Amino acid sequence: MNDMSTEGYTTADGRKIGGVLMEMKNITLRFGGVVAIKDISFDIREGEIRAIIGPNGAGKSSMLNVISGFYVPQEGEVWFRGYRRGPMRPYQVARLGIARTFQNIALFEGMSVLDNIMTGRLNHMKSGMLAQALWWGKAEREESENREQVEKIIDFLEIQNIRKTPVGRLPYGLKKRVELARALAAEPKLLLLDEPMAGMNVEEKEDMSRFILDVNDEFGTTIALIEHDMGVVMDLSDRVVVMDYGKKIGDGTPDEVRRNQDVIDAYLGVAHD
Amino acid sequence: MFYREAGDFKTSYRDDSQTFPISFDRWRYYAVLIVAFGVIPFLINDYWANALLVPFLIYAIAAIGLNILTGYCGQVSLGTGGFMAVGAYACYKLMTAFPDVSILIHVLLAGGVTALVGVLFGLPSLRIKGFYLAVATLAAQFFLVWLFNKVPWFYNYSASGQISAPERTFLGHAVTGPATTASAKYLFCLAILVVLAWLARNLTRGTIGRKWMAIRDMDIAAEIIGVNPLTAKLSAFAVSSFFVGVSGALFFAVYLGAVEVGEAFGIQKSFLVLFMIIIGGLGSIFGSFAGAAFLVLLPVVLKVIGVDLLGWPTDIVAHIQLVIIGALIVMFLILEPHGLAQLWRVAKEKLRLWPFPY
Ligand SMILES: Nc1ncnc2c1ncn2[C@@H]1O[C@H](COP(=O)(O)OP(=O)(O)OP(=O)(O)O)[C@@H](O)[C@H]1O
Ligand SMILES: [Mg+2]
Repeated sequence: MNDMSTEGYTTADGRKIGGVLMEMKNITLRFGGVVAIKDISFDIREGEIRAIIGPNGAGKSSMLNVISGFYVPQEGEVWFRGYRRGPMRPYQVARLGIARTFQNIALFEGMSVLDNIMTGRLNHMKSGMLAQALWWGKAEREESENREQVEKIIDFLEIQNIRKTPVGRLPYGLKKRVELARALAAEPKLLLLDEPMAGMNVEEKEDMSRFILDVNDEFGTTIALIEHDMGVVMDLSDRVVVMDYGKKIGDGTPDEVRRNQDVIDAYLGVAHD
Repeated sequence: MFYREAGDFKTSYRDDSQTFPISFDRWRYYAVLIVAFGVIPFLINDYWANALLVPFLIYAIAAIGLNILTGYCGQVSLGTGGFMAVGAYACYKLMTAFPDVSILIHVLLAGGVTALVGVLFGLPSLRIKGFYLAVATLAAQFFLVWLFNKVPWFYNYSASGQISAPERTFLGHAVTGPATTASAKYLFCLAILVVLAWLARNLTRGTIGRKWMAIRDMDIAAEIIGVNPLTAKLSAFAVSSFFVGVSGALFFAVYLGAVEVGEAFGIQKSFLVLFMIIIGGLGSIFGSFAGAAFLVLLPVVLKVIGVDLLGWPTDIVAHIQLVIIGALIVMFLILEPHGLAQLWRVAKEKLRLWPFPY
């Protein structure tokens, strides 16, 4: 762990940002001949909202998939909370306190909203199979306690009235919200959001932005998000990583990134040499 | 007008996750239990026990088992017959090797042995899904039947190749063997079914049940939120096979008394139980009961109407039965994958709003 990591910084709106929570070092990810990520390094600090932006196919989702253990990079190191993380299965990564949502919603369609969110708390539920079968002591207590936590999240995201609805019947915007609820239920240290506002109307986007800010503010959750809407990115994020064709072409505050010539070129579609 | 949630407020999360949240449902459930334990045993005769009630109870156990695997965890199995055979042969070997041990212990141990075998044959599910898994379980079905036919140790080297259950008593009453009364068979199976159904209900509404359903609905997302697919799938195979094994043991020891493996536990049995959960409702304990009741009742009703009342030849009625089952399967798969259980739920929802639907 280097010294940098213990220092923090203070944001324009006065929030204290802590040391490095997650560090990606020289990550390279290939699919056969396709290089999805090329030698990228960046860090995510405790308490920060970190955006990853870039044109379609830039490798943003691939980067999130590396963080959540879904893809194993051919080169590079992943550091989390001061330790180097070996190759891990996604469920092991989840147990470290990393939760996520997907670009294409990945809810459990056959289950109710409540059950979907309850699955988010799996890692907080430890009772054995026998206790559960007998619905006895610890199993029952655990169920009630975790239900209480889930109800807090349901209130927080204002989805009380759809609690018992099967997820398959919900409209798109609400599904996105339920998926956020499921990720929050895990009480993650680091929350990864892959295009949380894609396909939403202006009003829904405003709601979602508010929820993201509130999550960060009230629970102190560190958030890394991918988003195409520049207005949203500039409003929400503390620092931005810009990717293009698998490479990192910019990294800094929204203002710095906006002035970066490489970024401007990438977005204006200047030919690559 | 009485079927209402109103005035039936939940004051804790515990109450809210009850099996029967509406108190009317709860009372009806107690009433069914009272009739099942307190009334039917006094009325039952051999015909009712052998034609309807005992097979219904035993198939309900198998259907709950398969529903846990297929309906809740999404792993299709065509090996149910084979796993029932494992339960039957395990029970037989235990009964003959340890004649002094209680038959109840043997039945439960038979379930345990089947659970282990189920986990073994469940291993491929970690690599393959859907159709390919179905084929793998089909292979298990044929392999197991072949094994029990082929290796004389399993049937204690009997000349006929059959296994037959010696007489065993439970609480002073014979429950296996020729001297068993109808009510003893019935009560023994009923008690086991009620306890197992209760366990299944608890498992499916808790953490493990949500893990299974998560794997069923989207295994990738399940893994991302922390479900270990290995333990989730194998636990489903274990629990499911335990149920199926117990039902196989009862089918052999209590119901048939003597068994030839290919006849009693062939591929038709796998399909029969699968049809039960499709018609009854995938992912529903109640549906397992409904499906078992329906498919046990159907041939009896058809025989009474077709053969006894209308005087049609038996083989025609048997064909009609196949056509009806086939049509129902197609209908339910296309129109109502959640089966009779869902039709029942919809009916209740309508009733709850009646007479003012809006
Ligand atoms: N599983 C995979 N197999 C092969 N190629 C892949 C795979 N996943 C991603 N890629 C490729 O990697 C590159 C980066 O894809 P990625 O999904 O990370 O982009 P993205 O920045 O998220 O794009 P978008 O904004 O469209 O979501 C693309 O060229 C894509 O085709
Ligand atoms: Mg993407």
